[in-house]
Amino acid sequence: MVNLKTVHLTTPVSDEDLADLEPGNIVYLSGVIYTGREGVYQRVVGEGHPPPEGVMDLTNVNFHCSPAASVNDDGSYTIGAVTATASFRFAKWMKDWFQISGTKMIIGKGGMSKSDYEKLFVPQGAVYLSTVGYGTGALLGRGITKVRDVHWLDDLGIAQAMWVIEVENFGPLIVDGDIHGNSLFDANNREIAKGFAKLYEGLKKPALSRYGETDDRSDELI
Amino acid sequence: MISFDTTEKTAFKLMEKAGIEIPDDYLAGIKVMANKEEGDLSSFVLGAMLENWEAAKEDRRPMCADTGLPRYYIKVGNEAKFEGGFVALERALREATARATQEIPLRPNRVHPLWRNEHNNNVGLNAPEVEWSFEPDADWIDITTVHKGGLFGTDYRMLFPGDGIDGIKRFFLDTIIAFGKRGLACQPAIVGIGLGGSKDTCMVLGKQAACLRTVGDKNPDPKIAELEAELKELGNKTGMGAMGFVGSSMVVDCHIEAGFTHTGGMPMSVHTFCLSSRRATARLHPDGSVEYRTDPQWFTPYSRRETVSW
Ligand code: SF4
Repeated sequence: MVNLKTVHLTTPVSDEDLADLEPGNIVYLSGVIYTGREGVYQRVVGEGHPPPEGVMDLTNVNFHCSPAASVNDDGSYTIGAVTATASFRFAKWMKDWFQISGTKMIIGKGGMSKSDYEKLFVPQGAVYLSTVGYGTGALLGRGITKVRDVHWLDDLGIAQAMWVIEVENFGPLIVDGDIHGNSLFDANNREIAKGFAKLYEGLKKPALSRYGETDDRSDELI
Repeated sequence: MISFDTTEKTAFKLMEKAGIEIPDDYLAGIKVMANKEEGDLSSFVLGAMLENWEAAKEDRRPMCADTGLPRYYIKVGNEAKFEGGFVALERALREATARATQEIPLRPNRVHPLWRNEHNNNVGLNAPEVEWSFEPDADWIDITTVHKGGLFGTDYRMLFPGDGIDGIKRFFLDTIIAFGKRGLACQPAIVGIGLGGSKDTCMVLGKQAACLRTVGDKNPDPKIAELEAELKELGNKTGMGAMGFVGSSMVVDCHIEAGFTHTGGMPMSVHTFCLSSRRATARLHPDGSVEYRTDPQWFTPYSRRETVSW
């Protein structure tokens, strides 16, 4: 098994904690995190509602996720597995969301672009952590100890509501974007792209091209 | 006669097995890849996945919270009889899907494409899909469920005969590189390729090749089997591993299914079955007995026949 630097952090995460994180570090979290994605962002950033009272004082960690959850007859909640959802779609809300919420750590799937880190994350001193796999839903589910609260369930539904969750050794998570705007995905993409010319060598192009086609496979499509 | 009740219960059980237990063939394939993987990060990801599948089985919780789009493939023996007929069979499958969504729980992923409304049970307009096939000299029914995940990893292209194997290789590479970056396809994947047929058949064959054939299975046509092996090797040479990190774990296996096509064309589809390659099959016999397995045995000499008669 490989040895990657592994860090255990508690929420709310401090600036000192974040300063030490480097792309490729493995993180396990304990404390409280909240879920928030397009539904929450639209309500707060788009429509001007304040975030649910108290949540942003409790934690500064935002999880891009919709849990496999169900509401029990007695009004309690069961969360089976949790898996992050692809984060690149949420970039347009992040600037305002950071300002309103004070969030310092985003957990999601697949990262955002390096330029998003430079433009949005660096000024905020925030980091981006990706879930692993991405199918580690059962492991992440184990790290959830309790649903503390759920906000806007009626308005936004199970997937989009803001779940406030207590976690213990929640992970593994991998650092993609650090506070300096470095990106693990970006660095790996650049490394891999060096081999593409050789990979395609000698393969002739199809007779019919497609709109938007690029021959530069180091381009990203997100 | 195969009873309604047995069918509903079996379909429910299949939903649970598919969502929670990773199939042995896929697991074995990933273990081989994990041993070979030299990229640190890709290797770490595979290790975490192996742990995750253990955790899912131990805790009886879904392996991935995105429980995909549950659907069914039914193979009916020519002599099989079902209580209430085919309409009742389809109702049993819909009932099992709704119950499993609440009780396991699965994520109610199915929504209307425009209005985004849902019934909270993975049942709705054209959902779950039920695909039918037949088998001669048999009195059983095989039910297979697949919980296919992933918004990413599938593409279709009309190639032409002159594009040849080069064209196939390029489109294969284009698709897995496009969706392998950042691990959008949640690789290593079983890559299914549909070649030929009408456009819709091409998509269906590729999807079935990815979801209904096990890791290690080969196409009975030796030349196609060779191409499968070649593409698998090529796919693992992109330099990309799990999550799109530097590595070699991209394609755990590659399956090709072909269909006779228009003389002027060579349509091709590519599908990836992700790190949650969820499938489970049961055979229901008329005496009420049920056998479970993870190999759908969907493609048979009968289903691949080229002749007029059988
Ligand atoms: S593609 Fe598969 S492993 Fe990835 S999140 Fe979807 S269901 Fe889970």
